[in-house]
Amino acid sequence: MGILEVKNVGKRFGGLQALGDVNLSITENSVHAIIGPNGAGKSTLLNCLVGKLIPDTGSVMFDGKSVLGLKPFEINQMGISRVFQTPEIFGDLSVLENMMIPCFAKRDGAFTPNAFINMMKDREIVERAEHVLEEMNMSEKQQMPAASLSRGDKRRLEIGMCLSQEPRLLLLDEPTAGMARADTNNTIDLLKQIKDEREITIAIIEHDMHVVFSLAERITVLAQGTPLVEDTPDNIKGHPKVREAYLGETQDAA
Amino acid sequence: MFGLEYKDSRMLILVAILVALAPFMLNPFPEGSGMAQFNAGYPDLMQRFVIFGIFAIGFNILFGLTGYLSFGHAAFLGVGSYAAMWMMKLLTMNVVPGIIFSVLVAGVFSLAVGWISLRRSGIYFSILTLAFAQMSYSLAYSVLTPITGGETGLQPKVTDPRILDGSPAEGTIAKANFFGLEMGSSFELQLGSWLFTFNAGYYLAAVVMLIAFYISIRIFRSPFGLMLRAVKSNQQRLNYTGLNTKPYTLAAFVISGMYAGLAGGLMVAMDTQVGAERMFWTASGEVVLMTILGGVGTLIGPVLGASAIKYMENILSKINSDILHQWFAFLPDGLEEFVITLIYPFIGKGWHLTLGLIFMAVVIFLPGGLVEGGQRIANLFKRKMPGKDARDNKSQPTE
Repeated sequence: MGILEVKNVGKRFGGLQALGDVNLSITENSVHAIIGPNGAGKSTLLNCLVGKLIPDTGSVMFDGKSVLGLKPFEINQMGISRVFQTPEIFGDLSVLENMMIPCFAKRDGAFTPNAFINMMKDREIVERAEHVLEEMNMSEKQQMPAASLSRGDKRRLEIGMCLSQEPRLLLLDEPTAGMARADTNNTIDLLKQIKDEREITIAIIEHDMHVVFSLAERITVLAQGTPLVEDTPDNIKGHPKVREAYLGETQDAA
Repeated sequence: MFGLEYKDSRMLILVAILVALAPFMLNPFPEGSGMAQFNAGYPDLMQRFVIFGIFAIGFNILFGLTGYLSFGHAAFLGVGSYAAMWMMKLLTMNVVPGIIFSVLVAGVFSLAVGWISLRRSGIYFSILTLAFAQMSYSLAYSVLTPITGGETGLQPKVTDPRILDGSPAEGTIAKANFFGLEMGSSFELQLGSWLFTFNAGYYLAAVVMLIAFYISIRIFRSPFGLMLRAVKSNQQRLNYTGLNTKPYTLAAFVISGMYAGLAGGLMVAMDTQVGAERMFWTASGEVVLMTILGGVGTLIGPVLGASAIKYMENILSKINSDILHQWFAFLPDGLEEFVITLIYPFIGKGWHLTLGLIFMAVVIFLPGGLVEGGQRIANLFKRKMPGKDARDNKSQPTE
């Protein structure tokens, strides 16, 4: 039994069957990558896991509990944090304030109207936020407005914000999309470090094979809304079905 | 002080001093001099400064922090006014129950309006609030006449029950008072040719404004305020960070509605009458202008914006062509006519034109409003003094 169990999930947009019949099981404390060509349904699947979309059929169980019909904030409070394709941070706020928000959410829950304490005097939250920023090597940037960070730093901050909540499952949606090689490598190193140092399950949707093969322990290949194969990276590399899906090769042409 | 950081305490004390000394500072010109019409230190106008200051401070908690632009806040102001007036009619001419009741009623009303309007965001939210305000205005004007007095509005009458007050002398109406201190009573101080007026109503409203200002500082600096700013910055991220944005925005809406109700209640306490035109949509638009002119999302900005607009409304609009002729009498005749023709459209009834031009200039050149203007001037001085850290301002984006 994995920490996340996806069974027979289907999703249709008008005439387009975005997800056919997806079955997926993610083992606790593993790194699981979901790859596939454009339009394979990767993002739709992810959106079904975090509450942005509700699948037409099937079930999604996290830690034995169904997440279907729950709002994104409720699913987050269950222990699933999400990193977006383009970093979603609070651009108008300082880096430290960015980091304090998930810390408040973790400690105080989805809504706590404490309007009469000074947030900077909440030592527990400030220290926690500073600690995570230190782990992310961003301590000296904590007074900067988040919007002025570099693309790589925004990604670091976003991942840090997710980690500060100590999620059980971290979902990453193409975390290196549009990044320069150096930033990509930094992100890979960061994710490797997270994987080694924490008890955390990571599910990653990625285009970049370099990223996938340096991180993943299991890989699911998605094509046209259905999983083609699920296997270890070594077996996936040479798999004929995968080559076919990616390169459009057929047995005859080869 | 009162749990505020040093910078905020300093600002609160500064505002308190300005408000306390306003009767002096707003009357810089001696009586009877040519400049006396620029004096703003009379009770009626000073009361309006602080009351609209409260209105704008509250509006800024919604608009400045969460970014939700309401076009219907005058409805809450009007509801607060009616509520306070009914307390005066039924209970007592003491203003305290009226003011408390106005806040409560406006809070309940804004809870209902916010509950529905906050289902949408952006322009749709603005339109929904506008629709509610116009409905309230129309209802107050026609259908609800038994409660609102319709076209004529409401005033205290001799026949009102006022169960807490003793029966007044035959044929007279008790004046609005604060435990016996009449709101209209003033102490006048004559110094040479200067006349300063200290009005009881103004000082009551000023104390209430300082309390309202203090609460707004606390909200800005609290975790609650942080979440409201996060709503404005990136609502999606907030949702995926495990925070339910709905109750946060609704709470901000209700708080700003209560501020509007408080302002409405105080208006009735100062000037015991209320009419439906107080809820008209232009009144809602005015508070938006005040907030933007002063500086959206800043602490002191809304108060500055409210004062600036009320000053222009009351002072510029009083200048007429006779006064212009007086001023420019020293010029040769032809030139005098020419100058007056140039200036005339901007004064008197044309004061809106001046306001419009100033508003455009502020939005284009000072997007942070008058507060940004002040900061730029302060920075000019700071740069000349070595040793001062210029980054001071950056660490606290919401001054």
